[in-house]
Amino acid sequence: MGSHCDDSMVSSVKIPTIQFTKLFINGEFVDSISGKTFETIDPRTGDAIARIAEGDKEDIDLAVKAARGAFDHGPWPRFPGSERARIMMKFADLIDQNVEELAALDTIDAGKLFSMGKAVDIPQVAATLRYYAGAADKIHGDVLKMSREFHAYTLREPIGVVGHIIPWNYPSTLLFMKISPALAAGCTMVVKPAEQTPLSALYYAHLAKLAGIPNGVLNVVTGFGPTAGAAISTHMDVDAVSFTGSPEVGRKVMKAAAESNLKVVSLELGGKSPLIIFDDADIDVAAQLALTGILFNKGEICVASSRVYVQEGIYDEVVKKLVEKAKAWVVGDPFDPEVQQGPQVDKKQFERILSYIEHGKREGATLLTGGKPLGGKGYYIEPTIFTDFKEEMLIAKDEIFGPVMALAKFKKIEEAIERANKSRYGLAAGIVTKDLNVANTVSRSIHAGSIWINCYFAFDNDCPFGGYKMSGFGSDFGLDALYKYLHVKSVVTPIYNTPWL
Amino acid sequence: MASLGMYRQLSRSLSSASASSLFSRGGNATRSRVSRKYSNAAAAVVEDPIIAPVSVNYKQLLIDGKFVNAASGKTLPTLDPRTGDVIAHVAEADAEDINRAVAAARKAFDEGPWPKMPAYERQRILLRFADLLEKHNDELAALETWDSGKPYEQCAKVEVPMMTRLVRYYAGWADKIHGLTAPADGPYHVETLHEPIGVVGQIIPWNFPLLMFTWKIGPALACGNTIVLKTSDLTPLSALFASNLLHEAGLPPGVLNVVSGFGPTAGAAIASHMDVDKVAFTGSTNTGKAILEMAAKSNLKPVTLELGGKSPFIVCEDADIDKAVELAHFALFFNQGQCCCAGSRTFVHERVYDEFVEKAKARALKRTVGDPFKGGIEQGPQIDMKQFEKIMKYIKSGVESGATLEAGGDRLGNKGYYIKPTVFSNVKDDMLIAKDEIFGPVQSILKFRDLDEVIRRANNTHYGLAAGVLTQNIETAHTLTRALRVGSVWVNCFDIFDAAIPFGGYKMSGQGREKGMYSLSNYLQVKAVITPLKNPAWL
Repeated sequence: MGSHCDDSMVSSVKIPTIQFTKLFINGEFVDSISGKTFETIDPRTGDAIARIAEGDKEDIDLAVKAARGAFDHGPWPRFPGSERARIMMKFADLIDQNVEELAALDTIDAGKLFSMGKAVDIPQVAATLRYYAGAADKIHGDVLKMSREFHAYTLREPIGVVGHIIPWNYPSTLLFMKISPALAAGCTMVVKPAEQTPLSALYYAHLAKLAGIPNGVLNVVTGFGPTAGAAISTHMDVDAVSFTGSPEVGRKVMKAAAESNLKVVSLELGGKSPLIIFDDADIDVAAQLALTGILFNKGEICVASSRVYVQEGIYDEVVKKLVEKAKAWVVGDPFDPEVQQGPQVDKKQFERILSYIEHGKREGATLLTGGKPLGGKGYYIEPTIFTDFKEEMLIAKDEIFGPVMALAKFKKIEEAIERANKSRYGLAAGIVTKDLNVANTVSRSIHAGSIWINCYFAFDNDCPFGGYKMSGFGSDFGLDALYKYLHVKSVVTPIYNTPWL
Repeated sequence: MASLGMYRQLSRSLSSASASSLFSRGGNATRSRVSRKYSNAAAAVVEDPIIAPVSVNYKQLLIDGKFVNAASGKTLPTLDPRTGDVIAHVAEADAEDINRAVAAARKAFDEGPWPKMPAYERQRILLRFADLLEKHNDELAALETWDSGKPYEQCAKVEVPMMTRLVRYYAGWADKIHGLTAPADGPYHVETLHEPIGVVGQIIPWNFPLLMFTWKIGPALACGNTIVLKTSDLTPLSALFASNLLHEAGLPPGVLNVVSGFGPTAGAAIASHMDVDKVAFTGSTNTGKAILEMAAKSNLKPVTLELGGKSPFIVCEDADIDKAVELAHFALFFNQGQCCCAGSRTFVHERVYDEFVEKAKARALKRTVGDPFKGGIEQGPQIDMKQFEKIMKYIKSGVESGATLEAGGDRLGNKGYYIKPTVFSNVKDDMLIAKDEIFGPVQSILKFRDLDEVIRRANNTHYGLAAGVLTQNIETAHTLTRALRVGSVWVNCFDIFDAAIPFGGYKMSGQGREKGMYSLSNYLQVKAVITPLKNPAWL
């Protein structure tokens, strides 16, 4: 059980006044056509923060029309890459100037740690923009080696109007992970943030306008998945859709794309990522990686190390350490700089996690520590560890998206590989070992898009990220993400009397 | 946007036959004024030169983050090409100063922080540098004009903004320098690390002091190297000013050391230094040979050379003649003809030859020559007496060898190094003016009959830097593009120098490529790392 800072503690951080609550379409903040609004909730209390315009199909239509116009006739795709870069650099500078307010918005809206937002998440968003700004003037095609007398080359052209559907666990990071490469490529876009966390996206839209991003290039429509989200993925005039969220919804997005205009789809879905600790690991380091791997961002992270496999030689020691560390883990008001874990994002998630904990007990896993809600108000849950899980159990199959670790013992490397791969997911994996051969063998054997050896969550702007199997397809981050928003066009013409081929 | 837009506007409009109007700020309305100005030009140069709107604040060597005197205490005078008068005396580096600079660069490389810094931090410093360049644009431009005689408008609206643009371009590379993982034939994991090469020596010329400075330091810094850069003894001022800004932007001491001095002393000390890991040089072919030799004799440092040229500019029979005349004029006369890639052999198809010659002559006669600080001036003085005399000697040789002097041929005024825009027609391949790099405002027009002939003649040179091709025909364009043995082919345009476009020579025009992605490889070592794999899941 983690220690809990009482939620009566008054946070010293000033809660910002909410300035932007409307849809951002074609450079203007507008009400939804229906006039409907929805509440966004502070997960620390369950109270409403603000009423936000609720976008639906007609609003998406308007936003797509604006994006289409900006793409077909506007300056954005016609600017030199260096000019898009200049505007994106300015956008990044504006984010740096508003770090505190942006971090506070994500904290009240998503229950995320304020200190982390201020020191890492928001500055990192500016860095992501700068990374892709620097790539905007480095989009190269190839000149090709034809087998006959032809001159041929490829052009990488912006794909067009892109729809981005963003989840609530990293409202800022995941927004920029998608819009930055799309902006660099010269695309225009319609973004739907999660209904749980619409605040920062609207603020970013305001900054984008200040930076000089032309009207219609970036549109933000707040609303719900089945209405606004579905309208994006079924839209006949959206050329690509990029989604991060659950596999269930990912499947719907792909189906909608298939049934409408066969738009290009990229999906970054859930995970049930294994962390494998070998006998030669430093126990303290391994335990810390495993615990942070599952508790970071309250377990609301798609790459959470939710299955931990420990080799038998050090298993008992690791378990001891984990319990020690889990008990010292501080849960409480995310504005408190001492706090390591805030509340789960909403009541639904909170209840879902608790029900998985009950499943775990029923299925015969051993509850080592935690397992209960914390405090009387808000959606706080104790850091929870189950041992002796089997891959067939629900707690080992499903993505819980909460502070719940499943821990198991293994004997041999082959067994660890086999069990780690026994999942329909394949997003990430961690390996803790000092042995070069073990590290290399396991790296190549695990069916997952990211392998972290003796580290975890080692994200980087230059480091592509994406899933195997039902964790999705298509990369975010790195130059691979840029290519996601570019078409390849081959141009071929005959040549005569060429001195070489 | 404004500055970059200006460059775009300039470079693009050169292909729409309005380069002159751009240099003289305005459209056709200024054409008549332009011609009147020409008649005034001779008067203009005898007038007192316009006082340079800038002062010289940095005259010492920049070593280990500090401005210091030369160990010998010696200085060299840098002259105003408008008058030959001394602008300032700057510290003159010799071998001992190069040793100090290399030691500082070595320490900054071996101990850091520069190569050990996250690439994102290197990027931020370069971006701050670009912001400072933008802020000091006009000051830098004035210093450049004063020291080199280039038109101020060209410096302020094109060259300094281009420099800023290049710095931003390279900043963006810093965090995208990728090695590869490679397939192996057996159970091995293979990867390549692209590591900074170390201490880099860079020697730059006087014709584009700031741009050459940036072509060199941009990729070297983005890759994490440290530098000893020697400016030309003719134009030491602007690089010192810019380097000070780079330190203001947060560059750690010792990463960029800038010395002024002469080639045979300071330059040779860099090229033959045992602790310099790489040398890059832009300048004459003869000096390039000497540098390659010194590198070979010392520590076999890899060498990048960007040398001279005698670039063909080929006007095909289907070309738009007015556009061709304007572009050919620009290709040769830009920057007082002091461009390594100058289109200095203008090949014109016989069917359009007479019309072309007549119009090229008229265009040259209209070129405005005068004090480069004056608005609307297209051409300033040549860099110094030595170049001036060399050019005059070639003009004389052109006349003596039987080429027809259509325009110019003399100096302009009696002070400074101004030369009238000079056009020769009936130039034959074996004349000196068709073979040697003149590096001045002397256009040589040659006649050709068919494509095979012009390809053969165009390639019949030791140089291979660039070429211009003017044709509307896609097949002709492709044939010429592939057949010309040169590093840059500009089809229906010329001197387009965007950041991402690589530049460099074939044959005796050099080795390696600068700018673009290709320039990074000049400043990186590739390290292959191989590890056996045990039971790999796949190969």
